[in-house]
Amino acid sequence: MTGLQKKRLNGGLIDRSQPIDFTFDGESYTGFAGDTLASALVANDVALLGRSFKYHRPRGLIASGSEEPNALVTLSRGAAVTPNTRATMVELEAGLTAAPQNAWPSVRFDAMAVNDVLAPFLTAGFYYKTFMWPRAFWEKLYEPAIRRAAGLGRLSTAPDPDLYDRGFLHCDLLVVGAGPAGLMAALTAGRAGARVILADEDFALGGRLNAETLVIDDAPASVWLATALAELASLPNVRTLSRTTVFGVFDHGIYGAVEMGAPTAKDHAPRQTLWRIYSKSCTVCAGATERPIAFPDNDRPGIMLAGAARTYVNRWAAAPAQRIAVFTNNDDGHRTAADLAAKGLTIAALIDTRANAPDCTDANETFKGAQVIASEGRLRLKNIMVRTASGGRRQISCGALAVSGGWNPNLHLSAQQRTRPVWNDAVAAFVPAPDAVAGQRLAGAAAGDFSTAGALSGGVNAARAALADLDIKVKHSKLPKADDAPTRITPFWYVSGTKRRAWLDFQNDVTVKDVALAQAEGFRSVEHVKRYTTLGMATDQGRTASTNAIGVMAALTGQDIAQTGTTMFRPPYTPVSMGAFAGRSRGKHFRPTRRTPTHTFAEANGATFVEVGQWLRAQWFTQSGETHWRQSVDREVRAVRNDVGLCDVTTLGKIDVQGVDAAAFLNRIYCNGMAKLPVGRVRYGLMLREDGIAMDDGTAARLGEDHFVVTTTTANAGAVYRHMEFARQCLWPDMDVQLISTTDAWAQIAVAGPKARKLLQRIVDPAHDLSNGAFPFMACAPVTVCGGLRARLFRISFSGELAYEIAVPARYGDALMHEMMAQGQDLGATPYGTEALGVLRIEKGHAAGNELNGRTTAAMLGLGRMVSTAKDSIGAVLSRRAGLAEDTHRLTGFVPVDGVTPIPGGAHLMREGARQIAENTLGWISSAAFSPTLNSPIALGFVTLADARKGQTLRAVSPVDGLDIPVRVVSPHFVDPEGGRQRD
Amino acid sequence: MIIPHPLLGPRDAQEFTYLGDASMIQRPDGTAEGAEDALFNYVYMRDNPAGEHRELWYHEQGDRSWLVVTRNTVTHEITQVELARDVALALGCGA
Repeated sequence: MTGLQKKRLNGGLIDRSQPIDFTFDGESYTGFAGDTLASALVANDVALLGRSFKYHRPRGLIASGSEEPNALVTLSRGAAVTPNTRATMVELEAGLTAAPQNAWPSVRFDAMAVNDVLAPFLTAGFYYKTFMWPRAFWEKLYEPAIRRAAGLGRLSTAPDPDLYDRGFLHCDLLVVGAGPAGLMAALTAGRAGARVILADEDFALGGRLNAETLVIDDAPASVWLATALAELASLPNVRTLSRTTVFGVFDHGIYGAVEMGAPTAKDHAPRQTLWRIYSKSCTVCAGATERPIAFPDNDRPGIMLAGAARTYVNRWAAAPAQRIAVFTNNDDGHRTAADLAAKGLTIAALIDTRANAPDCTDANETFKGAQVIASEGRLRLKNIMVRTASGGRRQISCGALAVSGGWNPNLHLSAQQRTRPVWNDAVAAFVPAPDAVAGQRLAGAAAGDFSTAGALSGGVNAARAALADLDIKVKHSKLPKADDAPTRITPFWYVSGTKRRAWLDFQNDVTVKDVALAQAEGFRSVEHVKRYTTLGMATDQGRTASTNAIGVMAALTGQDIAQTGTTMFRPPYTPVSMGAFAGRSRGKHFRPTRRTPTHTFAEANGATFVEVGQWLRAQWFTQSGETHWRQSVDREVRAVRNDVGLCDVTTLGKIDVQGVDAAAFLNRIYCNGMAKLPVGRVRYGLMLREDGIAMDDGTAARLGEDHFVVTTTTANAGAVYRHMEFARQCLWPDMDVQLISTTDAWAQIAVAGPKARKLLQRIVDPAHDLSNGAFPFMACAPVTVCGGLRARLFRISFSGELAYEIAVPARYGDALMHEMMAQGQDLGATPYGTEALGVLRIEKGHAAGNELNGRTTAAMLGLGRMVSTAKDSIGAVLSRRAGLAEDTHRLTGFVPVDGVTPIPGGAHLMREGARQIAENTLGWISSAAFSPTLNSPIALGFVTLADARKGQTLRAVSPVDGLDIPVRVVSPHFVDPEGGRQRD
Repeated sequence: MIIPHPLLGPRDAQEFTYLGDASMIQRPDGTAEGAEDALFNYVYMRDNPAGEHRELWYHEQGDRSWLVVTRNTVTHEITQVELARDVALALGCGA
């Protein structure tokens, strides 16, 4: 078969010197460079391309462009599998493999075609009606069955091997569409020196000029087109983007576009690029889309839009059939007959719904005031039945039927922002509302001006108006001469008076009957009919369906079309793949990875890392012989409790606060007092949200009268900084205070354990006295370490042990860690990770992220007395309001009654014997761990009336895990409740 | 959207984070008589106009300015952008 293209004609914009082999549905075919997959299939006489969504009816091509509803195929190129691709938009490339969708076992014999017989049960809203009873069957039986039966292509579950990219473009004028209007707009602006971007979804620029047999300046339009493209290419201020669909308009002149890579592009080139185009103005010259006419069995393969038939014949020299009939309600159908006849095809008949239609000399027979009322042929059109003006019937034999119901302007980009299009009787179409989108104009067919002369002059005028807005001067130039035929059409939406179904939405299988049923059941608004019938909700967004459905609705209700109106238009104009939106932000490029200053040390010492926001932190350090993470964590905890441990805490947020009013400022940010904190001292601070809920905690260290360093939790570093800037700039702009985040500037290492001082005395230069008297608990000071390196030392403790945090400029962090490990070898210095850090703070009863979860107050955290009543601070007043004050949940500790069973985090707390229902919840477990110090599982949690319940037994219940564990309520301070160790 | 920053010129809205109504600049004094009611209104009560709205945007991916942006919530047209600090000073906030 290879090489034989049965339906290829002479001429066309294809390169016969470049044959291209491809595969469709397992068969090998050949096309030419310049073909689309669709045109190559037409040339190879393949009419059956798939099965429909709901009824699994045989389907073929309807259109030749991006509006195609039927010919969705799955493309395969190596590991790349792309389902739901419109065959009309696929540029033929060597080795392309395409498969039809929604058919099993084959597209010619599809088992699910039984749905077509069951159609009476599958009408509009069938899923709301048919599968209601019994209720339990929905989830288990009906829905899975429907989901299997319905649907389009299947996704490959393998990672997408293609590269996608994103880019940004700026221009004075964006021109959408490179037909006659768009080319004139781009030429006008380009000649005036404006920065122009000209985008077109096709790989060949020219729009309908490539599809028609038009004459411009007394020569074939292709001559003018070649000259225009050459001039545009010579203008350095004009950027032309072919294969680029402008799919959406956003605020302030921003347009979204997706550019497909050319088939000839190199492997490392992006398959698709998502462009964000910043335009000062825009001219939309996106052309028009032809609409079908709904008549019985109008979905048979071989029945296509008249303009598409013309395009296949003129542009691709591919004939849908040798013998073709035309069904039209307007003069454009006659042009189709003329073009097809000129290519040697037989026009079996032209059927025009208008009684006053012009004669057609190209057709064997012309029927005026007639309609097509039936079609025949199992997998391909064989005959049509015509009802003549006098009511007689005539069977016409034809392999294809070209249908024209008129043209809809592609005005989507004007209608994506609130303003809906308006009906225009003169052209029988919705046209753009004036001034719908700021800075945007429409021209040519997109504006409802369907003649070539109108397109050329419209493009010039739109560009001139845009340039005038931008104060760019335009030189006058001569307008090319072209045809100026008026639009002659009498709207005709659907053939009535037969029982057979007539399709409106081919992709979602919605018929005239479905719309009538929706109307009868009370769905009157177009938006309701759309959702009830699913018309216009498929991937083609009803491009060939919506206006016809509105025409049908208007006819059924007796309203006019203008009153019926359109549904809302939303981006995207055509489907955009998720890969294009993701761009390069995939996998590890999804977000930045932040590494701590001691990352290489941690890697070399057996660390397992955990993602904490963007940070990678050491979770624990595995030593030789350890086979379970608990062994490592328990060892690290014991090292801190008995010797000394080292933990990189750089990720905690650090905010430098300076200024005369720094203390007063922090006094209003924290709920506890900060104004009188002496220089050289650190204080624990709790920040509230203005609604009284705890926001974050940390420490404030006063390094000077007008200089503080405050810390935040790792997770809230950004949010707290934003909050403090808000307070500084918006609430108290008169304060002399400045903020800067120094999180990344300082490496900070916690040194915790009974031997911490001994270790630090070997690190900190001897000039600094670290004795308990000279540098007590909660002291801070600038110091030097390792012979003169500037550092900051804070005596603070998260673990409850004698502990410090030492900060050095970030680039010295790794060296400091190595030095402390070396100097602390005889002291048992041990690096510990976030897991041990968590165990240590749970043993000590310190709140962390699990407790500061946006639902807890200072009182619930046991910190109620910290909220100063002597001053105004953010959140203090509302923290005392009745609703919060009445809440008796308090943070407390829990141990399993049997001393061994782990307590599940997130478990509900309930009384003994209480049923496992939400009403019986007394609180929840927020943090749980195994305590090597107590040799028992322990937990922190919130429970009502916590003090009164001390010593009582409750149950930690996790219905999800099927766990129900008796626990005893205890103090949250499991280790050293008096706090003596940290003060030694 | 594009926000014309008073210091940095036109910037893409993606560089900003949004907070909400610019009335949040006028925080009631927590020590005054009736502070709880005033703060309740301050925290929870908002107008929700279809039309011109003054709102707070933070240039988080930029210079960390808080801005008061006057934006039409129907058309998204931005008619005025001020530094929030200037607005707050003009209102006598925090004095």
